[in-house]
This record gives sequence, structure tokens and C-alpha cells, in this order.
Amino acid sequence: MRAVTWQGAGKMQVDTVPDPQIINPRDSIVRVTTTCICGSDLHMYDGYIPTVRRGDIMGHEFMGEVVEVGSAVRNLQVGDRVLVPFTIACGECFFCQHELWSLCDNSNPNAAAAEEMYGYSPAGLFGYSHLFGGYAGGQAEFVRVPFSDVGCFKVPEEITDDQAVMLTDIFPTGYMAAENCNIHGGDTVAVWGCGPVGQFAIRSAYLLGAERVIAIDRVPERLEMARHGGADTLNYEEVDVIDALKEMTGGMGPDSVIDAVGMEAHGTDLDFWYDRITQATRMQTDRPTALRRVIQACRKGGTVSIPGVYGGFLDKIPMGAAFNKGLTMRMGQTHVHRYVQPLIERIQHGEIDPAFVITHHVPLEKAPEMYKTFRDKKDSCIKVVLKPGMVQ
Amino acid sequence: MSQTQTNRLQEPASSINVGQKERILSLAGGAALTALALARRGSATIPAVIGGVALLAQGLTGNSPIYRALGINTAVRTQPRRVSVPHKQGIHVARAVTINRPADVLYNFWREPSNLPQIIDYIESVQMTGENRAHWTIRLPGGMKAEFDVEVYTDVPNEVISWRSLPDSQIQNAGSVRFRPAPAGRGTQVELTIEFVPPGGPLGQAVMKLFGDMPEQYIGQYLREFKQIMETGEKATTEGQTSGRSGEIGQ
Repeated sequence: MRAVTWQGAGKMQVDTVPDPQIINPRDSIVRVTTTCICGSDLHMYDGYIPTVRRGDIMGHEFMGEVVEVGSAVRNLQVGDRVLVPFTIACGECFFCQHELWSLCDNSNPNAAAAEEMYGYSPAGLFGYSHLFGGYAGGQAEFVRVPFSDVGCFKVPEEITDDQAVMLTDIFPTGYMAAENCNIHGGDTVAVWGCGPVGQFAIRSAYLLGAERVIAIDRVPERLEMARHGGADTLNYEEVDVIDALKEMTGGMGPDSVIDAVGMEAHGTDLDFWYDRITQATRMQTDRPTALRRVIQACRKGGTVSIPGVYGGFLDKIPMGAAFNKGLTMRMGQTHVHRYVQPLIERIQHGEIDPAFVITHHVPLEKAPEMYKTFRDKKDSCIKVVLKPGMVQ
Repeated sequence: MSQTQTNRLQEPASSINVGQKERILSLAGGAALTALALARRGSATIPAVIGGVALLAQGLTGNSPIYRALGINTAVRTQPRRVSVPHKQGIHVARAVTINRPADVLYNFWREPSNLPQIIDYIESVQMTGENRAHWTIRLPGGMKAEFDVEVYTDVPNEVISWRSLPDSQIQNAGSVRFRPAPAGRGTQVELTIEFVPPGGPLGQAVMKLFGDMPEQYIGQYLREFKQIMETGEKATTEGQTSGRSGEIGQ
């Protein structure tokens, strides 16, 4: 089959590789009909995620059709149209049974390595480095889905592929970010970063009852899309965002602030260059430029919600501000399984059409150039859908 | 397995029922309390002096009337009758895991000899030779193998299984697995302890190599896989999956 493989920082390649096989009784094989490039794939593309190996198959946002089921799978049949959460979860451990699916105890075969780094191992992820299990990803024609009896969700007929594939990560991720804000009536939510997660966080904050959302970015078309979602926008290259947020909230500050940026932030202040240099020289794993702003901007007693990905050890986090303002901080990989059904229902009720975020449909073969376009924010690129088998 | 054994020594017919550390603390505390009470006279002086003197007496005699009344004895420790791996010798590793399953299910799986190679991967085979005895064959690094006879010397259903090699075994070793209910219905805490006395020569080196620099991590992996089998019915793996490394790469 054809698959997108990582060949080193800045180098993705579409290769012919062996088709995946059933390995465990609860596995299924899915023929991928639609897959995406996620903003978090760019962290691997740029070489900032350790333990990615040359030849690893990329991709964790995908859906398709079941073509083979393992001997222990009772609830799936060949031909089922399914979407697959990017977090791999067993459904049986303490964490899965408490709906903390991205913290599954049993799905990471390299848990020992993750324990060394994090104390305890989170769940395995598709196509997201060997620290998270080294599972082959879904930017391919076929993919092996472990624990497929809990990891494949049948897609109702009226939900399109473009809508369904957004439910594998990005929509639930934005939604959980907003849910983590514990929104009450009258709340103002500030969203740092207007990439796909930020866009879904904006709309989800309104779905959950926010009075006002203020979105921060510097890319004109992303700010435009945010305004389309009902947000007021601030361009951090043009205004002092923290002052502006204070002004816009009558001096009180936003009730909650979402960091939808993560480890490869950009900024205009001195600390951005500090982060840039320390990350490039591997003295720091992440660039927490946005996280610092978010903590600074949040009102007293407010909530900082972090869907943006961080991987390692961060410098100069203003813990004093977080502590003395009594902030609540919530974060983590998305518990996707928890959100699939409720969000399908919101789509069915016409509350949101998650396909709004897609700017590009291209054949799988074009993945390498689209990684570059997406990373460089060229061609007004916000969300790339890859179609295996699409005629070029 | 119906036979159960406990390893408690008979209580000695002695009036000492306070442990060594407690006696030292009693002496120090008693002296301090008495001195303090006498230095600052007030309404609490008399009870404080009485308490201080009582503590001093407990420290000196090792006899606590309160412990006697409550049936507590901290001077006697429980000890195994006989040990195949002497204290503080060789490799001693212990690791625990919480498994979201009841103790009886875990105990029964562990008690079935044919399941052991599934849990501990250096065990190649286990052959029962008697009610509580078995012949083990283990695999060691460098293609080496070792064989020895093992007896199960403690077997409390759903609580603990302990085993040790018989005297004159090629490799002296012992182990135990304990099952304790986890709080709030979270399943069972399983603690695995493994002890080895590596013999001299290449066999001993192979044993050291088997456990490596991080023996806790090594047996932690067995517990993790045991948990995976018990909770999910399979071991999570990517072994044998496809990748772009498999020599069939084309463009």
C-alpha cells in the first residue's frame, strides 16, 4: 500500500510499504478513505518530537471502511464505515472506565520508556513517535486499529467523510478545551491560536454558553475564520494582547484562556527569541511563549485550558502568576472516545458543521508538499484533508 | 491447593513487648517530658511528670502494660522459617501494579503452572512433580538454560503464593506474588517479588545480564503484561506491524 513515512526533520515521503496485518485478536484493518494532517504532526515534521524513527508511518486523524476483523471483535463487520479516535484505548482499565481514554493503562507497548520520562505512561497514539507506542498511523491506504471493538465508531449515513474525520481528534480536542474552561453564563473566553484546534475551541465555547470569545493569532485568514465563528479577534503583531484583553473585559480579564498553540509558538517579544534559540539548540524541548501569555492574561481565579501539545521541560513558566492569581490549569491529550457520540448528535442537530475548517482536499500522494504548505501557512492553508486513491 | 501455611514464630514467653526502636524513643521522650515538666511548673506539671516517668519505665524495661492490655507486641517480628535466598544477598526486586480485576481471577491464573511462562518470559516450562513441587526450566541470555526444582511454601488462596528453589539448586531463587484488594473497587494490587542468588561463573553472569541495570523495570514489564492479559485479553504490541523500514520500499 501507499503510506506517508517520516524520513527525518522536514522530510515526509509517500512510500510503498507492506499492507498491515491483524496481530492481536481485538485488531481490525481499516481501508482509509479520508485522513488529515494535524497541527501536532508538524511537531514531528519539524523534528521536535523525540523517538520518531525513519520509516514510521504518520497520521492520527483518519476514517474509512472495515476490511478485516480480529477473532475477538464482535461488534464490527467488514464493510462498516467507521471513524477512529487518535488515542488508542482498551476500554477495560481504571482510566478507560473513568472516561479518561487518553490515559489508558494498557495501550502503550513502550510504557516503560514513557514512565521514565513522565512517571506514568499515557495511552498509545497512532503515528505519534515510539514514546507513545510507535503505532503505524493512518496517512496510508490501510491501517491496523488495535482494540478496534472500542476504537472504531460506526458513522451514521448522513454524516459526511469530511465531518466524520474531524471527530477523530480536532473537533473533540477544541471541544474538550472549551469544556475544561468550565464556562458559566456571561463568561469571556480568550483563545490563543486560530489553527484548527483554536477554531473548534471558539465554536465549542459558544456551544457551551460563553458570552464572548476573543481569538488571538497573526495570520489574516485564520483571524477571518475566527470572526466567522463569532469571535472578536486580536492580531498579536499589532496590539499588546494582554492590555487589549484587559480593556475589552472592563479591566477584569478573561474568565478562561485557552492555549491552542503548544510547543512551537511564535511571538514578538524577547522571550520568543529565548525560546527559539534554546529549542533550536536542544536546551529546551518546547517553546512555551504562548503558555506564558495565557497565564499572564487570565483573570484572578480563572481557568487556563491547554489543548496545545507540550512534550518535555519548559523554561520560565510564570508559576508565581498562576499561583497568586489562584488559577485552575487543565490540560492533556483529548479523551476522544468520550466526545464522539455527543458531537455526532450536535452535527445531526445542525448546531455545527465541522467541515468548515477544511481548506484543502488533495490526494495522499501530495502529502509531502502539503506538510510544507500547512507548516508555512501558505496558500491560506488551515486544514488539509488527504484522500488515498484520489486522482491527481 | 487447599494447604495453607503461615510463617509466624511462636510468641516467646517474655515480658518484653516493646520493640527496640520504640524503647529508645520512649527513653528519650520520657526524659524530655519529665525535664520540661519540672522546669515549667504549673497545673500540668504532675500529669506530665507521671507520663514522662511511665515512658522512661517502658523504655528501660521494654514492657508496656497498655500494649499487654491491647494484645500488641512490637518486639516480635514474623519471619520465614527457612530462606533459600538469604537477606541482602543477590538480586532482590519488587514491583506492584493495580489490576482492574478481582483477586480470585488473578490468583487462579497465577496458580495454573502452564500460565507461568505467559507471565514471566524467562520461564520456558514448568512441570509439576508433586502437589507443591515443580521442575522449572528457565532461559538465560546467551542461549543458556538452567533447571531447578521449586516448592510452593505459602499458598493462601486469593492472597499470596510464595515459592523457592530447593536446596542444592543450580540457581538459588525465590519469589512471591501477593494480591490485595485495591481501595474503592479499583480491583487488586498485585505485588511481585523475585530474588536470585547468582552462582559463580558464566551462569551467574547470565543471571545478572537477564535482570540488567534496571531489574525493577524488568519485572515491571511482566506485571504490565500480566495486567494487559487480565484486563484486555491480549498484550499490546506493534511487533510485526508494517513500516517504511521493511526493505520493500519503492517510490
